[in-house]
Formats: sequence, C-alpha cells, structure tokens
Amino acid sequence: MTRVLRRSLIASAVAVAVGLGSLGALQAAPAGKLEIFSWWTAGGEAEALNAVFGIYHARYPAVQIVNATVAGGAGTNAKAVLKTRMLGGDPPDSFQVHAGHELIDTWVRNGSMEPLTGLFKAEGWTTAMPRGLLDILSYKGDIWSVPVNIHRANVLWYNKKIFADAHLAPPATLDEFFKDADALKAKGIVPFALGDKEGWEAGHAFEAVLIAALGADGYRGLWTGTTPWTGPKVTAALEIFKRMLAYANTDHAALTWDGAGEYIMGGKGAMMIMGDWANGWFTSKTFNEYGWAPPPGNMGVYDALSDSFGLPKKVRDRENVMAWLRVLGSREGQQAFNPLKGSICARTDCSPSVFGAYQRWAMTQWTTDAIVPSVIHGAAASEGWATDYKDAIALFVTSRDTAATQQALAKACVNAGVCK
Amino acid sequence: MWDRAAATAMLLPSVVAIAVFVYGFVGWTGYVSLTRWNDVLPNYAWAGLRTYADLFDTFRFRIDLLNTLRFTLAFLAGCLGVGFTLAVLLDRGLRGEAIFRTIFLAPLAISFIVTGVVWRWLLNPGSAQLGSVGINLLLERAHLGALRTGWYTDPRIGILAVALAALWQLSGYTMALYLAGLRSVPDELREAARVDGAGEWQVYRRILMPLLQPITLSAVIILGHISLKIFDLVVAMTGSGPGFSSDVPAYFMFDTTFRGNHFAQGAAIAEVLLVLVALLTVPYLIYSTRAEAGR
Repeated sequence: MTRVLRRSLIASAVAVAVGLGSLGALQAAPAGKLEIFSWWTAGGEAEALNAVFGIYHARYPAVQIVNATVAGGAGTNAKAVLKTRMLGGDPPDSFQVHAGHELIDTWVRNGSMEPLTGLFKAEGWTTAMPRGLLDILSYKGDIWSVPVNIHRANVLWYNKKIFADAHLAPPATLDEFFKDADALKAKGIVPFALGDKEGWEAGHAFEAVLIAALGADGYRGLWTGTTPWTGPKVTAALEIFKRMLAYANTDHAALTWDGAGEYIMGGKGAMMIMGDWANGWFTSKTFNEYGWAPPPGNMGVYDALSDSFGLPKKVRDRENVMAWLRVLGSREGQQAFNPLKGSICARTDCSPSVFGAYQRWAMTQWTTDAIVPSVIHGAAASEGWATDYKDAIALFVTSRDTAATQQALAKACVNAGVCK
Repeated sequence: MWDRAAATAMLLPSVVAIAVFVYGFVGWTGYVSLTRWNDVLPNYAWAGLRTYADLFDTFRFRIDLLNTLRFTLAFLAGCLGVGFTLAVLLDRGLRGEAIFRTIFLAPLAISFIVTGVVWRWLLNPGSAQLGSVGINLLLERAHLGALRTGWYTDPRIGILAVALAALWQLSGYTMALYLAGLRSVPDELREAARVDGAGEWQVYRRILMPLLQPITLSAVIILGHISLKIFDLVVAMTGSGPGFSSDVPAYFMFDTTFRGNHFAQGAAIAEVLLVLVALLTVPYLIYSTRAEAGR
C-alpha cells in the first residue's frame, strides 16, 4: 500500500515537474507501453505484424510497442508461455489467439477476457464482417476478439498440367474425385498427395470430407452437439476418407505437408487438401502450374480459421490496447497486414487490387459462402477436444478401423462436455 | 555431540528440498490425478479413480504401454548383448584397448536430442523425388536395396527404430559396466578353472557369467528406468509416428497436459509411470539395503 502510494506520489511529482506545459497533449494521446504477444516470427508473418505496428506507431507515436514473440511449434511454445503469464496474473496487453473456441474455452469461459461487443458496434465491424465469422467469435451473446486475418482450410490444390494432359477437370463431387483418381493412378501419378508426419494434417483433410458428407449445417452441428457423432453420415465420411487414403502416396507418414506439395510440384502427385498457406509456399518455390478449387463436395462452404487479438482483464493500459484493436480491425490495418501474411481480410470491404490471384478468388468466396469453423486450427472446439480429434484421425490413417474411430470421435465429444 | 549437530545441519537443506520438490510434488501430482482438473484453470472437484479408468480405456495410452514394452525389451536385450560382447572382446587384451573403450563410450556424452536428430536423418526413408537417403542409401549402394524399409515411418517398426538409436547410445555404457565386472574377477579363478580342464566357453559360461550377475542386475535397473521414462529421444527423432507407433506415455503426458489442457489425465499418466519405475527399482533397493545391513 505504502509502496503504491509512494509510487503515485513520485509519478505525480514527475508529471508536475516535467509536463506542466504539455499536460494538454499528454491527455489527448495515449502514452506508455503496449506489449503484443504472438508467435509471428517467420518470413512474411513477422513483416505483416510490423506493418500493423507501423500504422499504430503513426497514429500513436507516444506509445512504445513491445513485440513479445515466442518462436516455434506453430504456437505451441507461445501458448505454454501465455498460460503461465495469464495464470500468474501478468497478462500481455493483447495476445494472438485462434479466433473461436481456442479463445473461448481457454480464456473466455473462465472470465479472463473483456467482451468487445461495444467496440464492434462503435466501429461498424458488425456489418463490415460476415455474420458467419461473428458467430465464430461470439459466446453467450458477446464478441470476444478482433480477427485480423482469415485463412481458408478447405482448398484443393492441383497440378494444372497433369489435369490438362489427362483431359480432366478438377473434381467437384466425390464421385468425380474417385473417377479422376482411378484415371490418374492408371497413369502412374499419385492422385491424392498427403504428408501427415506432424499428426494434424490428416485431421485437416478429414474436415473437408466431413463437410462434404454432412453439409455446412451438419458440420457446424458436430461442434455444438446438434449433429450426432454416432450417426450414419459420420460413418460415411470415415468410409470416404478410407477410400481416399488408398490413393495417397505410400511415404505420407515421412512427409510434412510441404513434402506432399513437392509431389504436386514435381508432377508426381495430382491433388492435395491443405490450407491456403500452401499458396505462399508454391509462390516461394516459383512454381506456377498449380490451380485451386474447393475440395470435392465443398462447393459454397468456407472452412475458416483466423488469428485474432483480444482484451485481457487487468491489462496495464486499457486505452492503448483499445487503440491497438481499433487499428487491427480497421480497413487500413487489415489491408496492410494480409497481403504480406498471405491471408485475406476478415472485413469484406478490402480492396482486391492489393492481393494476388488466389486471394482475390478467396475474397469472393468469403462474401458468398457459408462460413464454418475449422477444428484443427482452433475455431470449432476447445483445445482438449481438438487434440482428441487429431489423435483419433491420426490413428485412423494407420488402423483404417471405421467403427473404433467413430467411437473415439464420439467419446471426444462427450469428454468435451458437449455430447451426452 | 557437535559433530552430530553439524552433520544434521549440513544434511537438512537437501532433505527439506527433496521432501518438497520430489515427494511433495509426487503427492501433489497424485492428488491432481484424482480431481476433475481438465481445463486451464484448476478444478479440484473430486473424481476418484475415474481418470485412471478412462486412461486405460484410451486407445492412445494402450498403444503407448505396448510401445513401452516393445522398446524396453528390444533396448535391454540389445544393450546387454552388445555391451557384453564388446566387453569380452576388449577384455582379451587387444592392442589399443583404451582407444576402442573411449570410442564405444563416447556416445554416452551426447544428449538424446542430438542422437535423435542424427538418427532421424540416418533412418530417413527418403522420398519418391529425392530417392533414398541415409541407411537406405547405403543398402542401395551395397546392392541390398530389397532390405530398404520405411524405418520409423513404417508402423510395424515404429518404436523399434527409436530403440536402435537408444541402443547405439547406451551399449557403450553397458560395456563399461561389464568390463569393470570382468576386471574385478581375480585371474586365479580363471586359471583354476582352466587347470581343471575348462575350455574358454566354459570359463565364461560357468565362472564369469554367474559372477557378473550383480552387474547385469544393475544394468537392467539403470537401463530399464531410462527406457520407461524415455521422452527427449522420441521428441527429437520421430514424434508420435504413424498411428502412434512410436508414441510413449511420457510424450502423451506432455501432449495431453500442455496442448490439450487435460491436467488430471497428464497427472494420472505421470503416476502410472512412477508406479512402473517403482516396480522395477524398489525390489532392487530393498535387496541392496538388506545386503548392506547384513554386512
């Protein structure tokens, strides 16, 4: 108590001594520090973050930005550090988190965050961002984080030359997929390139199969408890995935997803299902013969994941954080961030001209498609449930045991407290 | 009197530290495993043994236990076999023994992380574009291409590939143990046996091996508890592997606790591991304490 008193006395004494003249200016603009916590340390993403920092700095030059990044493990290390800091009562001013249940189940449900519904309304974001995205961000009627970007998980990437040589079109339905796959296999080409070394890639591809088998509403219901995991449509999805795996490369267990991309690039593999970070990867390899389409049966459905930032309770300077969130959600901020990150704006009013061909396609889909949350990337379910889902599908790739896998998936839903 | 007080004062800090940081946390982990803490924030509602029942019903944990068994058997048999053979060869007084001894013992100085990375490269199955690499490339060059396998990417091999790396690292250590044992056997015993008409094989079979039994026992204990707790080697080399074929309980524990926020489940796995290690070491500790008391 006395220490606090002494500190504030010193602070006010300093303020009086130093800033009597400029007191008006001090009140107008936020000052102090802003600590932003993320795992954006690699190539394009670090530059994207810096671009937003640039805008923030131009608007609020008095605020010193502290860039607290923790590298490695697709955010695994960062999340562990974040947990320690949050539970220890030392939250960063704002932190990167996958929008949706990764944020809601980990931090919102236990009351560590402040709702941002007021900010969204004041800034007009409730109309600037699509309804389906706001649903993902919401919990108990409030919105909890500001999405800075959108990645699409369900994209079918294919080698254009292979399809042209075989006089085939990329498959729009599952029937076409298997017909094409047979034709390609007969030519000695791997129809379905897969690399599932890290454990999550198979679960990622299976999301698209679930969407194909259940439709957008049925798929959404899996994560809210309205679609039963024990139902015949989930069985059908597993059977379809089993058939697809029979067309995969035999060394899939040794490869990460970019290893599967090598198959497409080398003309030895025809198709793969991967998120749209594959676009940046193909570009960085100066490979141009690739095309994209929704995976078979995924027409009109956008399987989305988003990086977002929220407002933890007990932050040091709330005003600085609100200013940060306003920059993140603004058209200017999103247009600066996304071309560098290789994603698209969460807002629907970004100018297509600053984006590449793939992003322009994705932006059109973003405004028209039904938006569903990705589970592997944190939007659809709690971290615990997503881990159980990932494990069940990773085992399925080897075991191909439909009944046992369906049972494990159903049990994961029960363990998460969503299914009875 | 003062001696005793001084000795107690010297020992006290480490006794307290061990009581808190080892036994205290063992107890705390045990308590957590009996609660419903499966979220970020603690939830100490009593769950009894339900977490354990669920755990043994979890497919990943069942696979992990089998993997641990396969790994332990392969690793123990390999280390004892290779270590004993090397010790016997070195014991025959060949020239440059010290150099060989150092070479065989050197891997022990390397961390499991380094071993894991190196063996991940060596046992890389290669790919369709790049062709074979590592050991598969050696096999191909030696016209033994038929022997190429997927190594740790083949679910039938899985954890055994990791056991191979662990074997490489620790067989030198086992050799050192056996060599010390062999050197401690008095020459008179061997000579007496030879005078009695025993062949070389019989000297080893009837004289040396029985005398080396305590060495074998300690080697089994030391290597056994390493293999039950193996974690870093798996992380660096393979991860969970296809269909969890190279997954181990310690890795599952890390995954479920810090990625899945299942703290009670992670604590339960830790306790199961503790019991397994205790089953291995406690009888030995009791036996050796009694042996010391008997002296």
